[in-house]
Amino acid sequence: MDWAYIGRVLPLYGKAAWLTFRTGTAGILLAAAVGLLGAAALRWRVPVIRRIVSAYVEVSRNTPLLVQLFFIYYGLPKIGIRTDPEFCGIAGLAFLGGGYMTEAFRSGIEAVDSLQEESALSLGLTQSQAFIHVILPQAAAVSAPAVMANVVFLMKETSVFSAVSLMDLMFTAKDQIGLYYRTAESLLLLVGAYLMILLPLSMLGTFLERRLRHAGSGT
Amino acid sequence: MPDLGLEVLWKGRNFIRLLEGLWTALRISLVSALISILAGILLGVLAGRKRSVFRFILRGWLAVIHIMPQMVLLFLMYFGTSRAFGWNLSGEASAIIVFSLWGTAEMGDLVRGAVGSVPVIQRESAEALGLKPPQVYLMIILPQAVRRLIPQAINLVTRMIKTTSLVTLIGVVEILKVAQQIIEANRRASPNAAFGVYLTVFVMYYLACRPLTLMSKQLEKHWR
Amino acid sequence: MPEAVLKISHLTKRFDDQTVLDDLSLEVREGETVVIVGPSGCGKSTLLRCVNALEDIQGGEIRIRGEEIRHDGKNLPEMRRKVGMVFQNYELFPHLTVIENILLAPVKAQKRRREEVRAEAMELLERVGLKEKADSLPRQLSGGQKQRVAIVRALCVHPDILLFDEVTAALDPEMVREVLDVIIGLAERGKTMLIVTHEMSFARAVADRIILLSDCRILEESSPEEFFTAPKTEQAKKFLQSFEFRRSR
Repeated sequence: MDWAYIGRVLPLYGKAAWLTFRTGTAGILLAAAVGLLGAAALRWRVPVIRRIVSAYVEVSRNTPLLVQLFFIYYGLPKIGIRTDPEFCGIAGLAFLGGGYMTEAFRSGIEAVDSLQEESALSLGLTQSQAFIHVILPQAAAVSAPAVMANVVFLMKETSVFSAVSLMDLMFTAKDQIGLYYRTAESLLLLVGAYLMILLPLSMLGTFLERRLRHAGSGT
Repeated sequence: MPDLGLEVLWKGRNFIRLLEGLWTALRISLVSALISILAGILLGVLAGRKRSVFRFILRGWLAVIHIMPQMVLLFLMYFGTSRAFGWNLSGEASAIIVFSLWGTAEMGDLVRGAVGSVPVIQRESAEALGLKPPQVYLMIILPQAVRRLIPQAINLVTRMIKTTSLVTLIGVVEILKVAQQIIEANRRASPNAAFGVYLTVFVMYYLACRPLTLMSKQLEKHWR
Repeated sequence: MPEAVLKISHLTKRFDDQTVLDDLSLEVREGETVVIVGPSGCGKSTLLRCVNALEDIQGGEIRIRGEEIRHDGKNLPEMRRKVGMVFQNYELFPHLTVIENILLAPVKAQKRRREEVRAEAMELLERVGLKEKADSLPRQLSGGQKQRVAIVRALCVHPDILLFDEVTAALDPEMVREVLDVIIGLAERGKTMLIVTHEMSFARAVADRIILLSDCRILEESSPEEFFTAPKTEQAKKFLQSFEFRRSR
């Protein structure tokens, strides 16, 4: 192991890790927003939109992110929609993640007994007040583990971003292996960088799940 | 109607080549899935027993699989083994090894979970009726565990199929690589081929995965 | 005669093609406690759910102090505030403390001042013996305590009429009394109430009027004395007998 070399390229990996983290976070936040809207549309049975959301969930969950990215990055410009790599990565992640997040939120909302809503309505709350104050807080607690699992999953999925020429961790490692044959050092740095991003997220997920399980719900 | 670059598909053997590429991807995932299911059942049953070392092995194995992106694992296998052991694994072999390692751990966990999910009272009431332990396992526990297991196992296979798209990045010529080649070759004649061809790849993956998702969902509903 | 708080006329309720309530009419007057009894599945709970517009209806109308309440009607939240409902399984909001459960509707929906409602809520909690539980979460309470909180929660919206839907059916036997005592206290203070229950001695104690509901219709309507000692109909006799046990020898 050539530690001098590692010291030299460390800033390079730092930059790449920051890119991975930044695009991943942006994509995940967008995905969560899409998921919340999608789940709300499904719950309120908004006529046409509900169909569209269901179809979208199916498509996004049944196709690989890499194929989605290729289509966005290389396919869409042919019909005049041009994106830069970073935007493409974020959009792809949001498209993929939106489907998963919709499912996570939907199952949380479904887990709240309809009597809870009726109870809120019978107290004179409006539909939207009942949703915000009664259903959503309970649904969030149920959804939290699935949402956190999605966060980790989506952050891992960013590892294909290099395919649309984003200079992320995979790109940097591949580059270093190809240019200087620094295989061992590159792989070590690659694994180390991903651990630094993913380990805290995964631990947060486990922690949340434990807390929620111990807290229990029960009326 | 703008040029969507779809006509490329009907030129020569292009469409057939795409299907062959899809088959390469499916072959990798199906071989891996088969290995994973067999090895996973064994691991899961062994890990399901109390005070079993396999329980710790499974847990550690899962932790690695859960934290590392599959892309990184593929890289480690493809580049790492040649450096460390001097192996010269092909991309396809690396992929099958990584997917099997991944699948075995997940399958093992699913089997352990499914067997554990059958309430203790089921075992107890069967024993109270006078059934012997092997009978209890075969007639009471397994049928209930299998119902929970099969939909989840199908989901694992679906995820594997989607993940095979990554193998193009370690040099396996599968559907995405074939698509790239077709687009390259027709750069002049059909400048918009990228749209049509990648859209086709997208649809093909969807058609490969959707029936499995549907089946898993329906089995889950049916057996609830 | 005091004015009718609740007036149900010719109510018909169907689920698909199964009729649950058929041309049912009923009045509850100011300060009156009416108890509905009847075999399981005769539509008692559905009737209460209709009054609260949790169900749509296929015929007739329901009026609260002369104003119609409908599932698809206007000002539904406002109309529902005139009707308080206590459910069998309490339906407290598990993520909110006792006091937050009570304050939610008055503060968010009625826009009343938090401090004012809080004072009222604390007084009512004290009356039902739960003042020190104000900041507890529902899961820290027993079933009987939860149900008393649910009653206070309904009261704090200031409804014109309170509906009780088998509020002791989910309770352990030793907790039934503490809840029923609260309801009897309300009757003594002249609250207008419509109660569905299987507790016959409670029905007898609390009711001004007893209604026997069976086969989608009101079969008998009498004072409690009359109903329990000299029921007019065969069905009422049969129904009352179902609560008695005898060993044949």
